[in-house]
Amino acid sequence: MPKLPHIHKVLVIGSGPIVIGQAAEFDYAGAQACLSLKEEGVQVILVNNNPATIMTDEQLADKVYLEPLTLESVTEIIAKERPDGLLPTLGGQTGLNLAVALSEAGVLQKYNVELLGTPLAAIQNGEDRELFKQLMQQIGEPVPESDTVESVEEAIAFANSIGYPVIVRPAYTLGGAGGGIAADEPSLRKVAAGGIAASPIGQVLIERSVKGWKEIEYEVMRDANDTCIIVCNMENLDPVGIHTGDSIVVAPSQTLTDRQYQMLRSVSTKVIRSLGVVGGCNIQFALDPLSDQYVLIEVNPRVSRSSALASKATGYPIARIAAKLALGFGLDEVTNPITGYTYASFEPSLDYVVVKIPRFPFDKFPLADRKLGTQMKATGEVMSIARNLEAGLLKAVRSLEQGCTHLVRPELAAWTREQLSVALQEATDIRLFVLAEAIRKGFTEEELHSLTGVDPFFLRSVRKIVDLEAELASCAGRDLPTDLLRTAKKRGFADETIASLTGSTSAQIKAARKEAGIAPTYKIVDTCAAEFDAQTPYYYSDWQGTDEVEALEGRKVLVLGSGPIRIGQGIEFDYCSVHAAKSLQASGIKAVVVNNNPETVSTDYETADHLYFEPLHVEDVLHIAEHEQVEGVMVQFGGQTAINLAAKLERAGLKILGTSLEAIERAEDRELFYDMLRKLDIPHIPGKGVSSQEDAAAIAEEIGYPVLMRPSYVIGGQGMAVVHDVTELTATINDWLNHPDSSSFFPLLVDKYVPGREAEVDAVCDGEQVLIPGIFQHVEKAGIHSGDSVALFPAPELSAEVKQKIESYTEAIAREMGAVGLINIQFVIDGSTVYVLEVNPRASRTVPITSKVTGIPMVQLAVRAQLGEKLQDMNFGTGLLPEIPFAVVKAPVFSTVKLNGVDPALGPEMKSTGEVLGLGRSFAEAAGKAFAFKDNMYGDWQAGSLVIVSLTDSDKQAGVAATLAQMKEEGAVFAATAGTAAWLAEHQIEVAHVLEQDAQLVSLLQQEKAAFALVTATKGNRHGRLGFALRSRLVQQGVPLFSAVETFELYVQSILKKRGGSHAASEDIGTLTQLAAQQA
Amino acid sequence: MNRENTGHGTGYLTLESGEVFTGTLYGALIGGVGEVVFHTGMTGYQEVMSDPSFAGQIVTFTYPLIGNYGINEQDFEAAKPALTGMVVSELCNEPSHYQSQKTLAEVADQYGFPILAGIDTRTITKRVRQDGPLFGVISDRILTAEEVVSLRNKHAKKSLVADVSTQQIVRYAGSGEHIVLVDLGMKTSILHALLELECQVTVVPFDTPISQIKELQPDGLLFSNGPGDPEHLLAYCSEWRKLVEQYPTLGICLGHQVLALMYGAKTEKLKYGHRGGNHPVKELQTGKVYMTSQNHGYVVKEESLDKRQLMVSYRNVNDGSVEGLRHLSLPVFSVQFHPEAHPGPSDTSHLFHQFLQSMRVVGANRYA
Repeated sequence: MPKLPHIHKVLVIGSGPIVIGQAAEFDYAGAQACLSLKEEGVQVILVNNNPATIMTDEQLADKVYLEPLTLESVTEIIAKERPDGLLPTLGGQTGLNLAVALSEAGVLQKYNVELLGTPLAAIQNGEDRELFKQLMQQIGEPVPESDTVESVEEAIAFANSIGYPVIVRPAYTLGGAGGGIAADEPSLRKVAAGGIAASPIGQVLIERSVKGWKEIEYEVMRDANDTCIIVCNMENLDPVGIHTGDSIVVAPSQTLTDRQYQMLRSVSTKVIRSLGVVGGCNIQFALDPLSDQYVLIEVNPRVSRSSALASKATGYPIARIAAKLALGFGLDEVTNPITGYTYASFEPSLDYVVVKIPRFPFDKFPLADRKLGTQMKATGEVMSIARNLEAGLLKAVRSLEQGCTHLVRPELAAWTREQLSVALQEATDIRLFVLAEAIRKGFTEEELHSLTGVDPFFLRSVRKIVDLEAELASCAGRDLPTDLLRTAKKRGFADETIASLTGSTSAQIKAARKEAGIAPTYKIVDTCAAEFDAQTPYYYSDWQGTDEVEALEGRKVLVLGSGPIRIGQGIEFDYCSVHAAKSLQASGIKAVVVNNNPETVSTDYETADHLYFEPLHVEDVLHIAEHEQVEGVMVQFGGQTAINLAAKLERAGLKILGTSLEAIERAEDRELFYDMLRKLDIPHIPGKGVSSQEDAAAIAEEIGYPVLMRPSYVIGGQGMAVVHDVTELTATINDWLNHPDSSSFFPLLVDKYVPGREAEVDAVCDGEQVLIPGIFQHVEKAGIHSGDSVALFPAPELSAEVKQKIESYTEAIAREMGAVGLINIQFVIDGSTVYVLEVNPRASRTVPITSKVTGIPMVQLAVRAQLGEKLQDMNFGTGLLPEIPFAVVKAPVFSTVKLNGVDPALGPEMKSTGEVLGLGRSFAEAAGKAFAFKDNMYGDWQAGSLVIVSLTDSDKQAGVAATLAQMKEEGAVFAATAGTAAWLAEHQIEVAHVLEQDAQLVSLLQQEKAAFALVTATKGNRHGRLGFALRSRLVQQGVPLFSAVETFELYVQSILKKRGGSHAASEDIGTLTQLAAQQA
Repeated sequence: MNRENTGHGTGYLTLESGEVFTGTLYGALIGGVGEVVFHTGMTGYQEVMSDPSFAGQIVTFTYPLIGNYGINEQDFEAAKPALTGMVVSELCNEPSHYQSQKTLAEVADQYGFPILAGIDTRTITKRVRQDGPLFGVISDRILTAEEVVSLRNKHAKKSLVADVSTQQIVRYAGSGEHIVLVDLGMKTSILHALLELECQVTVVPFDTPISQIKELQPDGLLFSNGPGDPEHLLAYCSEWRKLVEQYPTLGICLGHQVLALMYGAKTEKLKYGHRGGNHPVKELQTGKVYMTSQNHGYVVKEESLDKRQLMVSYRNVNDGSVEGLRHLSLPVFSVQFHPEAHPGPSDTSHLFHQFLQSMRVVGANRYA
């Protein structure tokens, strides 16, 4: 069937900010879909308020709305743009929920918008567990016995009838948020209550648990002509019981016979047909390891994290093809872009094995509950491709960038058998490492299997690695046999690992390899196991056979990606990597990209000239650089990951383009950095690097408390803390010393804590001049991580003098460092003093935002500068540019609800997983959009709405009282903790409920829904206080929370503005930047 | 310490080009001489191993991990394997599956064929694709190109069907239609598909005289899959055509090719065959595309078809080749792919229903 003739303009809904369960995969899917639609001559209107995405680039859609993903806002966009069709299945759960809301509100009908691709009924049949169960019963397919309930008592009654354990799955939540497994009635009481609260419709499914069965997934595509294909199947190494997003996954399945594979394949096509999906669909099964019995666990009638993984694992671009199917094409009419001449109606055949390992945020949240279950906790993932499972596992481990080159976590060496047994039984993020350690300590396969439920096939693969370690270790002190070296490389061992096992050095191992002619070969990912010719430049390394890389003609440069999404290093660096590759190409230079994150646009085979799906580990990167003979490497765009590799790469002889390594070290090494600032006569916060606890205390005494302490070479402020006295200082340092990676905590930086206003800039430098598109001003006071601050652009409240200082300091620093490319500088402003807080010699979180709102293509200019061009020849200006004539508010988005034990209060450690943008003609307007970035979020409160307040003494200020009084006038009803209530009374603000303890809050919330809460924190962020308990409770109950008074004040302003009747219009970014251009 | 099984020591695959691949030998060092073909299925090595159509061939698996789930009792496609060797990347000697009885290497030992493991099978696949068809020998020594060529010449021009067809007539009871299955090297799954539909089945040797087949009073005929060049069976085709004009007939794979030969068409060898479980074919009447299981090196030449008698019913989506034929007036049809699956998808299992349906229509006409 050809393209639907009446569809000329299509609205695509993105997935909004990155949260756990909904990450960069939807940028990849959305970007592909937009290009795929445009290829067919369709006009694309995109709405997504996540500024760090490639899909919100102007080149990808005809109009881009960085507007809230709410019913109200999207309705307005539809009314304005009048699209013919809406493609809802590419924006994750957010997009899907919004499409359902638009349809139910009659908006689609009113404006005659056709829902493209999968019909609404299919979405509902797949998403609503009760409807899904009914449908499966109709077609005779088994699902676990289950019942949908809306109260804890119903849940218990049903569980008693089917027996424990049971799984609790909340309806319509991301990544299974709020769910869990309950082994008995008391635990069900707890889990069910949490699940009901987490579900936007207050509904959970109680389901018989098939914990321990094999978990198998199929990615299926179907066209309107009923042709179905399987893109990929996957097997979870972790059996049923751990969310698939938190499981180690391999593709294709490894332990299924063809009969079983085909049985589940046939069921998959039967299910997708009965749903009527047009596009992609993910189907999850549980398969009994001891029979062919299976049950369907879940269906996602849309592109998903799994489909992104399947696309990268096979080379089959699911989202791209789903978009074509939505336009009416058949699978046999769409060519497979990998081969260019076979068709999309084809099932990929893999000739390699793919391993995915999730990346967890527990390094940032040492107090979080690390146990894995049905609620997803990972922020990102890595993928590796290899010709054997062991190499796949080890490459993936290296890609995680958690300080482990090999399947070893040093702290486990001291663990007892009992400790290991517990860690095997209760899966956490480190179970794979525990498995290896347990094998080293002599656990038998039977023991391991009974403790973990992991299939013996996978256990043996880990054992093979451990056996090979022992064999290598037995060669310590004598010559390493070439065959053994070859085997170790083939099984994915890094030179570094082989060296440490054999008691030699990486350099010696490398030399031995060179001498024996052992070098990696690179193979193509081609969807067809070499059956057809493929030109796709998509490679992975192997240590056997022939090499398939076709040499690139002309100049070529290596671009390092940023690896898995983690807190502090998000999708923004993927945006920068992609633009770096594109900019190189625009300058006529071939881009060779290395990355291992399957969710991203940078690992789309269409981004680079040559894409290497490999660990961002020095050895792996060097192999590629050598193989490609690149002229240099760009390290500024892949976040801290790439910067951290710079020194090692340069030492190995690779040329670092742009800012020199010496300059990078001058910014990263605190002593050198302060020396530089002193030389330039730029104020810096008093402080010093120390290497012992005694020195830290002495310095703190000297500069005066409170002090901010932070370890060197960090990402996202890991381990930062503000301490107020020597007791806190001692406690914090002791905590760090107990950490496994304690070696990296010294030198420790101790700075005076200055509670001023923070500002930051991103600048392009050419070694002489700088271009500063604008200044971000942070709403919250210093001491809150810049990634978690609400930021205003262009800075509205800085004096001309301060702005001038920021400009001149930036210029001076850039020139002194000889910075070429991007630089990010953070400032603290105390009166008219401007302190320089830190300099990041690389792209930053705010680069995509600045680029989008000012129209200055910062990455492109940085790349051109690194290639030797001068700013004055680029015609975008120099110095601090004039301010744009509209307001931009960036707000952080948190996933703390998924992470038990993490205090949601803002502090010096970054906690947010994503961000949103609000654009408007005033900051109040823009802030309103940023706060209400999705429905039911900081929603409008009515007169009579309950607001919960608890303030620390330092926050009990007149300004806050005035804001609260204003709210009181608007009809807010307050509940407050005792001290805060007393203080409010002093200000004649009446409090309806005084909260003495956590339990009172619980009972209050059971009676009444709270509109939002303001619970501030002492800067030490210490656990065990009532404030922490309240905040955790509020987040778990889904009550929007403010923990800084400045954010709260901005929020109230935005609400009052809205109440004043001023309506913030939805404007697309193109129109807004044109305004800026006109002004300039 | 290293539990990577070392098998029977070092082995080699020598191609007629003189190219040599070095690996580790498993199984029995018997045979090992044949056309090197590749199979792209990611599962199903047991079915491939035991599919008689692979007689005379060395099968290379493109998927690198082979043997993971062992060998079970239910997935044999014939009593014993007919292939002459296997080439794999990683051979799993510690399978994990509740049905597993033996390892692949043990079965290779038992039935007498060699497995060469530790090979970069992707390189071989590309070689076959670019230079195919390729002849090769698995051995414990490196052969010269001349030795390989002389072995190839020795094996050429020999029909393989006689080696794999049943020696005697075997009857399977059933309450439904009676089908005579002409065994050209039949996969057991074809028989099972018919038995599952409650057919009565009589499996006959490929050279059974047609008079004897008529005496069996079949309701329908099925010409099975099988190995080798279909034109080696030309001698039987005129007789078989007489049968086909009398009974509803289904041809599968080699059975499809001989059906075309019966009607005067020609077959030719593909450069590198279709072997795997992911081949898309389009049903021309409905436009529907099915994923099919395939295993063939020869194909019906479309331009040689007498279109007054046979029409093309299915076509390969990728290379446009003939995947199915239908007689214009008789209830006779054939498919190049394997509707019985095993290995591969069972998306086209409805063809057996269609076959039964055609017999019922004929029956109704005859007895009305």
